[in-house]
Amino acid sequence: MASMLASADAVTAGGAWLVLALIVPVAGILAAMLAGGRHVARIVVVVVLVGFAVAVAIGWQMLQSGSELVYWLGGWAPPLGVGLRADSLSAVMMVITAVVVAGITIYARAEFRTPAGVTEARAPYAFWIMLLGIWCGLNAVFVSADLFTLYVALELLTFSAMPLVCLDGRAETLQAALRYMIFALMGSVLYLLGAVLIYGAYGTLDIAQLGQVTQADAATVAACVLMTIGLLAKTALFPLHLWLPPAHAGAPPAASAVLSALVVKGSFFIVVRIWFDAMPGVPGLGAAQLLAAMGAAAILFGSVIALRQQRLKLLIAYSTLAQIGYLFIMFPLAFDPAVGAFVRGDALTGGMLQAMSHATAKAAMFMAAGLIYATLGHDRIGDMAGVARVVPVTVLAFAVGGVALMGIVPSGAYLAKKLLLGAADGSGQWWWSLVLEAGGFLTASYVVLVIAQALAKPAAPIVPRVRVARSQEWAALLLAVCSLLLSLAVLGPVPASLISNPLAPKELLASAIAIIGGALLVLAYSRELPRFAIVDRIAGLLRPLRGALCALAQGFVRIDDAARQWSIAGLSMLALTLMFAAAMVLQR
Amino acid sequence: MTETTLLGLCAAVLVGLGLFGLIVNPQPLRKVLAFNVLGGGVFMLFGVVARRGAAMGFGGDPVPQGLVITGLVVSFAATALAVALILRLYAVAGTASLRADAIDATTAPADDAGGGDAAAAPRRN
Repeated sequence: MASMLASADAVTAGGAWLVLALIVPVAGILAAMLAGGRHVARIVVVVVLVGFAVAVAIGWQMLQSGSELVYWLGGWAPPLGVGLRADSLSAVMMVITAVVVAGITIYARAEFRTPAGVTEARAPYAFWIMLLGIWCGLNAVFVSADLFTLYVALELLTFSAMPLVCLDGRAETLQAALRYMIFALMGSVLYLLGAVLIYGAYGTLDIAQLGQVTQADAATVAACVLMTIGLLAKTALFPLHLWLPPAHAGAPPAASAVLSALVVKGSFFIVVRIWFDAMPGVPGLGAAQLLAAMGAAAILFGSVIALRQQRLKLLIAYSTLAQIGYLFIMFPLAFDPAVGAFVRGDALTGGMLQAMSHATAKAAMFMAAGLIYATLGHDRIGDMAGVARVVPVTVLAFAVGGVALMGIVPSGAYLAKKLLLGAADGSGQWWWSLVLEAGGFLTASYVVLVIAQALAKPAAPIVPRVRVARSQEWAALLLAVCSLLLSLAVLGPVPASLISNPLAPKELLASAIAIIGGALLVLAYSRELPRFAIVDRIAGLLRPLRGALCALAQGFVRIDDAARQWSIAGLSMLALTLMFAAAMVLQR
Repeated sequence: MTETTLLGLCAAVLVGLGLFGLIVNPQPLRKVLAFNVLGGGVFMLFGVVARRGAAMGFGGDPVPQGLVITGLVVSFAATALAVALILRLYAVAGTASLRADAIDATTAPADDAGGGDAAAAPRRN
């Protein structure tokens, strides 16, 4: 009881900023509804500027005070009231979300312009309102101090994200949206079921209070498993990804960027909250190994299948699948056997950094893909040779985003990989180092394929269908460069020795090896090959080997097709539930 | 068997039925109904938890009631949204099936997939 009373006083000076972070996007939505479709883009620009300032202010206050920001709504402290609480994880995620939203806003102003002479057009109006809805949902996810508020935030996120999937109203996008909606609903109701069990066992849903009292008894283990599985279904971690590829590949480019860069991070963030903050001692190492194994499978399947795609947007969607897997490698590395709990340390920092660099890089890559589509009128990888001659800045943005994802100095992914490798060495879990290193090559493979094809000589000179707006190209490049320079931004709390000179021979060699490894993978089993004479010659030499590897890769595609059947995904969900429960119970 | 245990078992049965329907039924409308059954089980469990918390002379713990009301609103909104989506899919495609091969999707999307033209997406109803 004493701790409850103590925490009741703990409303911090900057706490009101957290309320602003939620109010600003909602105020924007209300204003847009009053003002109507013609003015919505202008209103969003104002909201983005204000929201960006709020996110930076929250980050700045946290840097200054070095402690959490807390706000009790209506002055009621938990367990009766609900609170908003921002720690360093919330602050960095809010800032990076604001950056990505700003980049997407610049890009989408050209794509979602209300046509002249029309007072309101459906798609632009819906896009801008849903963008603000997603932003509000994400901020709510980042600052909620309470498991039930997190549920509401999660639903706000899904309800705002779903319309973006089917924005252009074609039948297959509507179907993709429906699959997403129903699977996500199943995930969120499982999460809610877990929350009920937690309330029944402890009489509070406040995360900080739970962190002090949760024990690994039957009810808590059941709750932890249900919440985790529900959130994994929403995050689309392999093999619970049945909705992701069609949803992310079918949406308009700006919407894909939002969905891929931001929306999946919301449910991922809640997994982190539960495993690290609400019940750090409950899941145990075995469950974390299982989670990371799913991540490793996601990296393997996502990357291999990405290379078997004919369309650029599907390639990027499968790359998202692989990158989601990356986010879950950190869990076993963050487990401290001495305490028997998950502790915040280098592994968590690495994992969050990976999430941030993926958010910026993937948004840039989807934007670039959209511009390539607009220029050529299609996004078939086989027919886009030479597109770099027409839209060099766009291809540069894609390349920079891809290089950042591959983990080349000084990108955020590079630092993330260093931190995770360090944690893997420290805890003796060498197999995750292998996964991380192999993941670098796999990521390089699909980036190399697209870049090489874009640089190849076109069969006939390309006549662009439309001239893409300069602002769109630069918005994509801006986000890609953000991702590439991310490690410099977080230099503060990280040992300086981890960052080395990008032009030092050692780093150049590592980068070259990653790219050459990626190129070899492209030669080995890519469906489309870049149009270079030398590539044809090497592929000809390797024909028997390549045939076998292509057949193997096609097997991965078949497994993925099967895993995305509704009934199989449902059964995998049940099987994983049992496996997680077994892992957590056997840990005792 | 006490009243609370009985209610708890009912909730478990509803959750099981709902999960079964969500996984097994191919029809999206039935999936949405199954989601509601599953949700009903979860809300009933909230009631059980509220009853168990009635130790201090109250009829029950009021907090779960507040949570249930919010949960009901959210799940009602979700149901409405999902049904609207099913209707729209049926209007555009002539079927509401979730199977990927039920819709004659072209391998590449129509050329006018950009935002500005999207308002003029086909309306075949």
